[in-house]
Amino acid sequence: MSAAAALAWQGARGACLALPVLAAAVLAGTMIGETSLAPDLVLSVLANKLAGAGLPVDPVDQGIIWSYRLPRALVAGACGAALAVAGVVLQALLRNALADPYILGISAGASTGAVAVTIAGLGGGALSLSFGAFNGALLAFGFVAILARAAGAGGSRAAAAQIVLAGIAGSQLFNALTAFIIAKSANADQARGIMFWLMGNLSGVRWPDVWLAVPLAIAGWMICRFHARALDAFTFGSDSAASLGIPVRRVQLVLIFATALTTAVMVSIVGSIGFVGLVIPHAARFLVGPGHRRLMPVAALTGAVFLIAADIVSRIIIPGQVLPIGVVTALIGAPSFAVILVRGQRTAR
Amino acid sequence: MKIEARSLSFSVRGKTLLQDVSLAVQPGETLALVGPNGSGKSTLMRLLSGLAKPSQGDVLLADQPLARLTRREIAQRIAIVEQQADTAERITARSVVELGRTPWLSALKPWSGEDTQHVDKALRTVEMEEFAPREWSTLSGGERQRLHIARALAQRPGLLLLDEPTNHLDIHHQLSILNCIRNLKVTTVVALHDLNQALTCDRVAVLSHGRLVALGAPAQALAPETVSEFFGIKARWARDAAGDAPFLSFQLA
Ligand SMILES: Nc1ncnc2c1ncn2[C@@H]1O[C@H](COP(=O)(O)OP(=O)(O)OP(=O)(O)O)[C@@H](O)[C@H]1O
Ligand SMILES: [Mg+2]
Repeated sequence: MSAAAALAWQGARGACLALPVLAAAVLAGTMIGETSLAPDLVLSVLANKLAGAGLPVDPVDQGIIWSYRLPRALVAGACGAALAVAGVVLQALLRNALADPYILGISAGASTGAVAVTIAGLGGGALSLSFGAFNGALLAFGFVAILARAAGAGGSRAAAAQIVLAGIAGSQLFNALTAFIIAKSANADQARGIMFWLMGNLSGVRWPDVWLAVPLAIAGWMICRFHARALDAFTFGSDSAASLGIPVRRVQLVLIFATALTTAVMVSIVGSIGFVGLVIPHAARFLVGPGHRRLMPVAALTGAVFLIAADIVSRIIIPGQVLPIGVVTALIGAPSFAVILVRGQRTAR
Repeated sequence: MKIEARSLSFSVRGKTLLQDVSLAVQPGETLALVGPNGSGKSTLMRLLSGLAKPSQGDVLLADQPLARLTRREIAQRIAIVEQQADTAERITARSVVELGRTPWLSALKPWSGEDTQHVDKALRTVEMEEFAPREWSTLSGGERQRLHIARALAQRPGLLLLDEPTNHLDIHHQLSILNCIRNLKVTTVVALHDLNQALTCDRVAVLSHGRLVALGAPAQALAPETVSEFFGIKARWARDAAGDAPFLSFQLA
């Protein structure tokens, strides 16, 4: 009983620390843009919409805040958190510092699905780009999973390496398919549009996307957080994890499928935003060390705040134009990560 | 905790690595496992710990088939220190030992003071208390090995499987770790290359080409004729001036 209470207390304390930061980030995301809006305006809109307060607000401002900026900030947060956690999990599970959420072929498959629908005209215009991307992602992941299985990833010893190699093979294959479709039937405009989507694009985000992304990010986070101790046990490899009582195959299966599914949904909503899933986990590790019980929440929070911030920058940095968010994540992310790398090295001495 | 192997065989891709090995280790006993490189010591350890499944035969832990226990149940009974296990994580020495508590923790049974005590005690046993905050990558080979042993001790197992636990250790720590292992009430199987150290264990098993070729009291299983035959050298009993127990002396044949 007291154990359960301790657990609940821990969760509550974590939420108390994280929620204000998240709320502040989302608030910033709704305030800042081509037209800056005051925080009290944002709060009035929220009061109107959530509590029916009936405060007097300009309907245009209300529209911008409620229908565009808020869903956008919420999805950016969910997506950043989910990608960062997926990166943490896959890096630990595959024991590979270069693993990211796309290592299982998901982003390559999503782009193939996206171009199959938009350029090759699969489904005769009845299918949406996200539908194509989601199914392409699952198809590619299925291919990678079957290949990994056939290559003997079931036997524990070299399993991690086999999964990574299968992922590389799958990514190459689906990237080639994408290039093939683009070369065969796209005109220059279409090719540019797809390029834009591949680098990540949040401008089409509306409330239905929020209802998909946010619950999924939370569910994914809970599954991964539940396995934090199991991931710690993978420090010395899967044999060592097994000897510490971890059902290695089951944990690998659950976590790989959970991260693959979350990533596939995120990619189908916002495109394949790079960098977050690879670098945020390392940044978080420099901040709080490799223990997954602290690493996972810190990575989720950092990822969420980082992507919301990157979205703000992508909207305001060039007036009158929205930059692909993937460009921003890499442009801000790479230098800040360099700083963390260098400082981490110094404090280790 | 008693462990018994019943005609264990193990093969991968048609190659037989272990053939028809039967042995039983009694509660509290320390069994030394010796044999040339590639004779199957590590393979036997993996089978006994359930990390690999035998192609034929069974492993019985306290008269229960190992195959019927879950990974967690096994980990609460058996701890294994493998021959090599390394990591690139920037993990501290203490958290390595804390990993040993994993099988005893769950969502409803979080870390407690008792776990801390087990970790402290294990660190003390291998004389690594001062190293607790150090980062893994900064430790020497022997220090890492002692931490692996501490991790296994923190697991509080009924059966301890150690694959060459002394191969990176200086002579002081070789003797002190072996002494500590022999004095533990825990049943232990330890793979060793130093035959004179094997002599100090309760019983000795000799493996050669995947077969169990001798099993018994140390002086009998490690009789010079046996050692000479299976290691391809010339061995004889020797005594030093102090005239204590005899030890083995070797020469190339
Ligand atoms: N997966 C494998 N495929 C083929 N052969 C293997 C495999 N694993 C082990 N072997 C072989 O099985 C034999 C036994 O290996 P094992 O590791 O058990 O030896 P060992 O007695 O522990 O040797 P050492 O003293 O060097 O540690 C060796 O000849 C090894 O080459
Ligand atoms: Mg060996």
